[in-house]
Amino acid sequence: MAETSEILHTLPLDAWHRAHGARMVSFAGYSMPVQYEGVIAEHDWTRTSAGLFDVSHMGQLTFHGDRVDSALETLLPGDLQLLKDGRLRYSMLLDEDGGILDDLMATRRGDHFYVVVNGATKHGDIEQFERRLPKGIVLDYMKEQALLALQGPRAAEVLETMAPGVSELGFMAGDAFTIAGAPAWISRSGYTGEDGFEISVAAPAVEALADSLVAHEAVKPIGLGARDSLRLEAGLPLYGHDLDQKTTPVMADLQFAIGKRRRAEGGFAGDMRLLAELESGAAQKRVGLNVEGRQPVREGALILDLEGNEVGRVTSGTFSPTLQRPIAMGYVATPLSAPGTALKLEQRGKLFETTVAALPFVPHRYHRKQGA
Amino acid sequence: MSLHFTGEHEWIRVQGDVGTVGISNHAQEALGDIVFAEVPESGRSLNKGDEAAVVESVKAASDIYSPVAGEVIEGNAALADDPALINRDPEGDGWFFKIRIADTAELEGLMDEAAYREWVTTL
Repeated sequence: MAETSEILHTLPLDAWHRAHGARMVSFAGYSMPVQYEGVIAEHDWTRTSAGLFDVSHMGQLTFHGDRVDSALETLLPGDLQLLKDGRLRYSMLLDEDGGILDDLMATRRGDHFYVVVNGATKHGDIEQFERRLPKGIVLDYMKEQALLALQGPRAAEVLETMAPGVSELGFMAGDAFTIAGAPAWISRSGYTGEDGFEISVAAPAVEALADSLVAHEAVKPIGLGARDSLRLEAGLPLYGHDLDQKTTPVMADLQFAIGKRRRAEGGFAGDMRLLAELESGAAQKRVGLNVEGRQPVREGALILDLEGNEVGRVTSGTFSPTLQRPIAMGYVATPLSAPGTALKLEQRGKLFETTVAALPFVPHRYHRKQGA
Repeated sequence: MSLHFTGEHEWIRVQGDVGTVGISNHAQEALGDIVFAEVPESGRSLNKGDEAAVVESVKAASDIYSPVAGEVIEGNAALADDPALINRDPEGDGWFFKIRIADTAELEGLMDEAAYREWVTTL
């Protein structure tokens, strides 16, 4: 990434993280907390209580303009016209060949769309949107906005005491609230597989908010290390690792994000290729992998069939704190992608037994409302 | 008995011509939660600086190098089932392997404990 030689940006909570004992690392051009007390303790805390994540490095964008939903639909394959006010949708910014430039969350907020993109890709995304969206669509990059996530089975209980009514939100819905004295946009969403919320506030208000949240005995700050192991257990892909411009939504097994009307009508970047892949399958497919033994197998390891032919690559791997065994994600030739298929992995000259696993590894516990 | 450290944060505790090798407290803190360790089998012959063992945290894998040449006489079997022992007691029960040292003169190139503890404060 070109950003490695550039100046490292600091988060609005930089001093707060250090004061809370964080070990800071460089990530997506920012100095960010990778861990506080330890990855496994933080991981387990999030699965059993409530973890506070600072994701202010992510890009928060708004799009205004006439028929903004249709305009965004030229670059994103989701059905945004169908999206109701205050609802979020997972989607992807595609290149003209259907390759994934980024994955994102798009929310209809009254007359505009609010879109959250990855930190490492946000500047490139902005360039793409500005160049490729129809004229008349106005993009605003909310540089002065911070973003926190509160995730875990006790997140709703904690946040309800600070922002009454928030526990009424269903999964993938959001609304405006006042929290710790500041206006905020809060959505019921996240990247851990747990119930939880994402809270967008102005940067000057974020320290008071973080203080109020960790003042609750159920809440601890959680670093990037546990964020990665939590999302991997939840089967959620990480852009730049499990997704990139060489992958498509169909290869990535994210075809749920291509709306039904969009499949019938097309009219989005890469539609010819993606509709063909939906019809007859892509050559490769993203899968989960259960790995035998205790040793983690990581990004870059080869995936082999039982005859030893290379059939794919691992794109993410770790030791699952919840399952107490190694798990991984990767791409394999589609005929070998069925759960239960026995394969081998090769890492640093060593072979590992593996089987294709259904995703997620750890069941999601989202707060889905009836009929939502 | 003497204790020596390498610049890669391995320690070797020597009694006669037998050395016990592990990683320092500083190293285990830097690695974080250790979830896997692979130790060498007895009988394996190592040169100074050879990759002798592997340790993996949730985030990353690291190689452990042999501080001296010699023949492995025992790997720590306890680490297979309880790799977190390295986090809990890195310079004691969390040792990796024992080695019969080919030439104890090789120890002279290593740091003594005081020099190592002083040096890690500068990192």
